[in-house]
Amino acid sequence: MLDIFSYSFMVNAFIVGVLIAVCCALLGVVLVLKRYSMIGDGLSHVGFGALSIAAVLNLGAPLYAALPVVVFAAYFLLRITEKGKVNADAAIALISSSALAIGVFVASINGTNIDLQQYMFGSILAVGQGDIIISAVLTVLVLFVFVVFYNKIFAVTFDESFARATGIHTSVYNITVSILTAVTVVVGMRMLGTLLISALIIFPALTSMRVCKRFKAVVITSVVVSVFCVVAGLFTSYYFENIPVGATIVIYNLGVFLVFALVSLILKARNK
Amino acid sequence: MSLLKVNDLTLGYDGKVIVKGLGFCVNEGDFLSIIGENGTGKTTLVKGLLGLIPKISGEIEFGEGISQSHIGYLGQKNQISKDFPASVYEIVMSGFLNSNRFGLFYTKEQKKEAQLLMDRVGITSIRNSSFSQLSGGQQQRVLLCRALCATKKLILLDEPATGLDPIATAEFYTLLQKLNSEGVTVIMVSHDVTGAIKMSSNILYLGKDATFYGTTHQYLHSNVGKSLLLEGCPCDSCKHNAKGGFKNA
Repeated sequence: MLDIFSYSFMVNAFIVGVLIAVCCALLGVVLVLKRYSMIGDGLSHVGFGALSIAAVLNLGAPLYAALPVVVFAAYFLLRITEKGKVNADAAIALISSSALAIGVFVASINGTNIDLQQYMFGSILAVGQGDIIISAVLTVLVLFVFVVFYNKIFAVTFDESFARATGIHTSVYNITVSILTAVTVVVGMRMLGTLLISALIIFPALTSMRVCKRFKAVVITSVVVSVFCVVAGLFTSYYFENIPVGATIVIYNLGVFLVFALVSLILKARNK
Repeated sequence: MSLLKVNDLTLGYDGKVIVKGLGFCVNEGDFLSIIGENGTGKTTLVKGLLGLIPKISGEIEFGEGISQSHIGYLGQKNQISKDFPASVYEIVMSGFLNSNRFGLFYTKEQKKEAQLLMDRVGITSIRNSSFSQLSGGQQQRVLLCRALCATKKLILLDEPATGLDPIATAEFYTLLQKLNSEGVTVIMVSHDVTGAIKMSSNILYLGKDATFYGTTHQYLHSNVGKSLLLEGCPCDSCKHNAKGGFKNA
């Protein structure tokens, strides 16, 4: 059973997968509760566009070229969402589909050796040593922010106006969360795929909210659910060859979500 | 002693002036109601007082022992999403963040004070309940308790009775009056003119054409006051036009 770890690429995938799962779960709770779920989706599409362009231009390490672009996009997307303009969701949809289209166009125009399929749906083989370092640093940062500023994050997420009225600089928190999300998305999307990475952000938070009614419980349960699904997905895709890992992880997330939803229904029926 | 002094204040968004040349003063122990039609800038004024929007001109001065970030604020309901997973205790405690510079942990004293405040507003029995499963009246009590954690002196409420049924509204008003009589200064934006007049010591009326600031008694005798109310002033010295309206109600 443990021969899976005799392949170094599987070990890499496990390390990066678990770290990204933790980051996605923590950031996801904030994003979902602040109604920013679409930002994760938008960012992954922008990331795809940036990666394709970087690959075509032969920029060497496309990951590092994509990072600043996606971080900038995160800031931009946050601003249009924050302003609360009616068309914010439409604007995000426009940006994400445009970025996707540009990515596909650029990647195809060259005839290139870029594997579109791999960018769209992810691949374990895409995980390298660099990803381990970036995701480790990222996880330390995310955990630091969530442990040290936990109370403030709760306050800003629950009621931004009140938080601002008590003198918390809410925009600093929003920008921090969106930049961390941007980095998480860029690192995670090559393993899980552009189209599936946002599920990893949204699912764990929604799943734990079925059953948990306290913020702290939601945060902890999300992390547990997220890590479980990534680990289970990696094992499954390893033993059933040719199954893409991103899709497997998302299906696990869906399964756990349905179980939690059922439990919530049973609990409700009991209380009546 | 005055807690808050507003002088010739002008507020607005994107260069558009909404509130102009406003002046009033809130003393310790006052109950000031801000009333007026829709779109006359009541909520804009609240945001200005809290520093959520920059002022265009004028002055907002705070008295001794209070600062802008130490106003206990209870905002309009739609700010909070209905299904947010949070316990009553988690929400109440978040009121203390303005006194924790780094916001790392809540101190023992703060936990003790939170317990006292929860007793005062009557939510101790639901402290571990989920906020989203409470009734509207209970939710407002929780948010009021959080506001009290954030302040020692002054609470600022923006239409706190919106969406509450008549019984819950009456209970909430009774609680506000109790807190006010215990020394908490209250500023409340309200649509409910009758309720506001019953409780307030002072009235700030924001109209499309005119504003009025004075004691409740002065307001009832003013032209704007008379035009809004069908019944006369209920005070004892005004027997001339007292019809017994809400005095005995």
